[in-house]
Amino acid sequence: MPNNYYDAADLRKFGEITEWSEELGKKFFDYYGKVFEEGALSAREKSLIALAVAHVVKCPYCIDAYTKDGLQRGITKEEMMEAVHAGAAIESGATLVHGVQMMNKYKKLSM
Amino acid sequence: MSIKSLKARHNDLSKPEIQLEFLNNGIFRQGELPKFKDKIAATGKFPLKPKKLEILQINVGYMCNQVCSHCHVDAGPDRKEIMTKNTMQQCLEVIKNTGAHTLDLTGGAPEMNPHFRWFVEEASKAGIKDFIVRSNLTIILANKKYHDLPEFFKKYNVHVVSSLPFYKKEKTDRQRGEGVFDKSIKALQMLNKVGYAQEGSDLKLDLVYNPAGAFLPTNQEAMEKDFKKALKEDFNIDFNNLFAITNLPISRFLEYLIASENYEDYMYALVEAYNPAAVENVMCTNTISVSWDGWLYDCDFNQMLELKVDSKVKHISEYNEDLLNDRNIVISQHCYGCTAGAGSSCQGSVA
Ligand code: SF4
Ligand code: SF4
Repeated sequence: MPNNYYDAADLRKFGEITEWSEELGKKFFDYYGKVFEEGALSAREKSLIALAVAHVVKCPYCIDAYTKDGLQRGITKEEMMEAVHAGAAIESGATLVHGVQMMNKYKKLSM
Repeated sequence: MSIKSLKARHNDLSKPEIQLEFLNNGIFRQGELPKFKDKIAATGKFPLKPKKLEILQINVGYMCNQVCSHCHVDAGPDRKEIMTKNTMQQCLEVIKNTGAHTLDLTGGAPEMNPHFRWFVEEASKAGIKDFIVRSNLTIILANKKYHDLPEFFKKYNVHVVSSLPFYKKEKTDRQRGEGVFDKSIKALQMLNKVGYAQEGSDLKLDLVYNPAGAFLPTNQEAMEKDFKKALKEDFNIDFNNLFAITNLPISRFLEYLIASENYEDYMYALVEAYNPAAVENVMCTNTISVSWDGWLYDCDFNQMLELKVDSKVKHISEYNEDLLNDRNIVISQHCYGCTAGAGSSCQGSVA
């Protein structure tokens, strides 16, 4: 057994989570499948959103999966990198905006 | 991109038996990757039987001006296998008597066969409904003697089917060689100019898309839309249909998969995307493929793996449609490539 937390081959076994909780697993995969269908947003747009979020939540499985998905859809590497930057900007913005809380607290505690 | 064929590099994978050994007993533990045979048997499709013959596919030689990294033919300038006029004569006899409505000339670059034009002229007299030539486009610009090919194709109402891996330069050149994209664009414009894919013209120009890497093609219609938009906007190019084709894990694509450590994942992806509905229409069910030396195969892929038809009739010189229709199609693990997702054939999706 390899001694590491992430194994790329585990992604293939994702579907198996249903085995230990069939109803919830199935509900999740139905929902997941539905979310990524063509809708008001195209499946292509959703793929880029998923890629950006995958980076923000730092999930290596999702990064692999949505890089491949993007390639399959003919999404260019420039588009993919821009999506990652969009995610990164929101993520760093979200960190920074808490700076206001820090400033508030600082001011409140200071004479 | 390598600049020589596997054969010229004396690479072991140029030998069909080594490829088959790898495909069947490769890096997977026994039973880990299901056998294609068992998969289709589960839905009562084994042995796989042909339906009515519709397409006669003739490979007139493995010589090519390109050496694309995914080439399942292992074609290139160093490949000398070329169909002789004598074998072409035998093919013409068959073309005249066959029930097939489509003739599909392929290679290599079929135009590089010295008897190519003669063969097209003769074969076009046989009253075939759909006369396809698979052109790699760049051949039209490769040498002065090919510059008039668009007019030649027009004269015989040839249906041109051309590969263009992507509508952007970088990806196309990476897969097919430096400068291929620009030349392909130029060639497409030349074909448009003589009337191909133009309104009111019945000259048909289709493109073939296959992924530049270890992933499967997505929805053919979505891809066609993207191609049409990009080629029209950027280069004012029109074409009729886009065929999305899955790369089969053989020959130079197999070499790439192994070298890039993608083979295992790719095979799993193919098996995971296995679609029983695609089995019905895989191209071997309505096609016979003839090699440059006249041997008969279920498809171009089996030809490259030297898996001849399982029939008493094995050569074009002894062609007999009734006997051939009675055969079992020869399958192996590479067949997963034809049954993944929407399925894949020389004509794109099948399911
Ligand atoms: S143009 Fe076609 S036949 Fe020639 S090397 Fe490329 S894929 Fe092979
Ligand atoms: S590779 Fe495809 S076309 Fe050829 S025999 Fe297998 S399933 Fe049929």
